[in-house]
Amino acid sequence: MTRARTDVGPRFLNADTLKGAWCRMSKLSINNLSMRFDLPNGSFVQALKDVSLDIESGELMSVLGPSGCGKTTFLNILAGFLSPTEGSVTLNDNAVIGPSAERGMVFQQGALFEWMSVRDNVSFGPRMAGRKKKDYMDNVNHLLDVVGLQDFKDKSVYELSGGMQQRVALARCLANDPDVILMDEPLGALDALTREKMQGLVLKLWKETGKTIILITHSVEEALLLGQRLLVMAPRPGRIHKEYRLPFAAAGVGKDLRTVKRDPEFAEKREEILSMIWDMEEEIMGRTEEAKA
Amino acid sequence: MIVLGIYIAIFCAAFIVVRFGISKITERRDFTSLKTVTFGDESAVRPNRWASFLSVLTLFFLWGAFTGSAWVPFHAPGPFVGDTEFTYTMEAPDGARDDATVYARVLPTGEKGDPQDVPAGDGFAKNDSIALAAWRSDLVLMDKNDEITRKDGGKVVAIDGQPVSPGSRVEVAHGTVAVTSKGSLNFVPDGGMQMEPIWLPAPESVVARVKEISVRGYQNFTLWEHLYWSLFRVIVGFLCGAIVGIPLGYAMGLSGWFRGWFDPIVEFMRPVPPLALIPLVIIWAGIGESGKIILLFLAALWIMAISARAGVSGVAISKVHAAYSLGASRWQVLRYVIVPNSLPEIFTGARVAMGVCWGTVVAAELVAAEKGAGMMIMVASRFQLTDIVLMGIILIGVIGFSIDILMRKAEDWLVPWKGRT
Ligand SMILES: Nc1ncnc2c1ncn2[C@@H]1O[C@H](COP(=O)(O)OP(=O)(O)OP(=O)(O)O)[C@@H](O)[C@H]1O
Ligand SMILES: [Mg+2]
Repeated sequence: MTRARTDVGPRFLNADTLKGAWCRMSKLSINNLSMRFDLPNGSFVQALKDVSLDIESGELMSVLGPSGCGKTTFLNILAGFLSPTEGSVTLNDNAVIGPSAERGMVFQQGALFEWMSVRDNVSFGPRMAGRKKKDYMDNVNHLLDVVGLQDFKDKSVYELSGGMQQRVALARCLANDPDVILMDEPLGALDALTREKMQGLVLKLWKETGKTIILITHSVEEALLLGQRLLVMAPRPGRIHKEYRLPFAAAGVGKDLRTVKRDPEFAEKREEILSMIWDMEEEIMGRTEEAKA
Repeated sequence: MIVLGIYIAIFCAAFIVVRFGISKITERRDFTSLKTVTFGDESAVRPNRWASFLSVLTLFFLWGAFTGSAWVPFHAPGPFVGDTEFTYTMEAPDGARDDATVYARVLPTGEKGDPQDVPAGDGFAKNDSIALAAWRSDLVLMDKNDEITRKDGGKVVAIDGQPVSPGSRVEVAHGTVAVTSKGSLNFVPDGGMQMEPIWLPAPESVVARVKEISVRGYQNFTLWEHLYWSLFRVIVGFLCGAIVGIPLGYAMGLSGWFRGWFDPIVEFMRPVPPLALIPLVIIWAGIGESGKIILLFLAALWIMAISARAGVSGVAISKVHAAYSLGASRWQVLRYVIVPNSLPEIFTGARVAMGVCWGTVVAAELVAAEKGAGMMIMVASRFQLTDIVLMGIILIGVIGFSIDILMRKAEDWLVPWKGRT
């Protein structure tokens, strides 16, 4: 399942490395990915078809698309939880064949370990790797500071609010120092205000750590704000419909995100993508009605 | 019937008193008390502590009142105790009649006494005297001293002046007299409404018995030894069942081969009540300790295996995925994710298993054992020592209840995240 890491450089973040002083090269290439689910009744679902993409080190990419277009399937293949029926994924020229520590995942919710304190959750990765406590504790404390949970480190995770739990999940992922961070609707379960704060946090962490981040979202605004690259996917079969390169993520780092949203260009892009997705949804509805008739 | 009526009456009276009396004074002011919809909202229904208290008190008082307990100030009418008398009229074959009086002395249960000394009286029918215990009956041996007996053709034609024939019954002072088909008289004193001690002993005699057999013992073992052995068997049997069953359940939850192999066995054994295994276990292992422990092991095994399996299947896949992408190995996923995640389920199973084991051990001891709570009450029941039986049942209940409370406390302490995911 796991394999030796080929990269060089410090394995774990500490206060200095977090300042963006270095950047490990990590290139993710996705070649002709197809995924087909064979159903027990003999039919099948083509969740992905011929998806090809290169993601450079340090890119922040958001993925948008109507429900059921294969976003989660795509991310699960990148994470190594699923093997594609066709095509391959490589990270730094090594084929992805299973989950590993170099590709961290942040789930929508419910993936924290309730039986551990906040601190134990965050230090889970280094502990599993058999690191010495004194080696990773500084970094864990630093990350707890970054996500603003220093005062809660001894609490149980079920005592935290949803937003705090997602911050723990982010810190846990970062503490393991992965090359690529995959997020499947990480902010989907949060209220609007918390969500906006968390978006700021994601941008800040991206800038400071220089990680490659791939983020799935259902919110067009969020995709625009948190996407240096924005991928719009289309359903049936799941494929890349359109790709954008946007300035908003870089502009939004450390700023009030609402000023970014007031940008006329932002509003224009939002309308464009929204209507694109609406069209897709309508097409799906039309097709289902045809199928019924 | 009467007891049920009284019980219902007390239930209603207590409800009215508490509802309109005490509750008005001590009403709790918290969130639930502000809910307007309580009927149908299960979470708003909390046990009324007054009701629980009164319920236990009522049971105790009813028990005391109907057994004539000295600890309870009021009693149901007890059996007649004391001296009473009735007369019978004997008719000789020639038609002559003569009266004689029967003096009956009814003694309290357990006391010995002699019949009254009475003058024989005149006529051919002589007075008789009998002594008997409350709730018992006695044949009046009138032929012993009468000059004309039933053999001579004499027969009883009236009691206390009321004409009788074989088979009839007559109410006399403090009792009934039945004329048997052979013409003799059977006196039954009034029984009152209390229970005989051999059916239901008074609370104080149960307590006295507890004291007695906790010091002097019963059937070679003191009370505490009997209970200790029962508990010992439960704990050893349960632990063996858990030690084998939990890993088995994990294996079934994690490996298709194990699940396929053990599924038929587990699914087949699960619906077999452990009590049905008692005869087989006795054949295989006899009535000693090993037989009991095998039985309890089997009782706990399937429950624990199934709950561990359910615990594994209950783990959210995102937690497992998260652990793998944080670099955990399979072993670490098992150790840090699957095992802790299944603990709430295992605790639920352990509570059920403990309850089943406790019930099974008592049943197994009822069937055959040299010591243990079940054996104690079984032997006592053969000798009609109802107080020991009753005491045994109460203690078995108390212990079963305590086990459950202890398990719940352990659960709160060890798996505080239960139900919070
Ligand atoms: N395990 C599976 N077995 C069969 N079909 C599946 C499975 N997982 C996903 N699918 C199908 O693949 C398609 C894509 O699913 P996926 O979960 O990737 O969509 P999504 O874009 O993440 O949707 P959403 O935005 O609602 O999360 C859907 O049509 C779904 O029905
Ligand atoms: Mg999804």
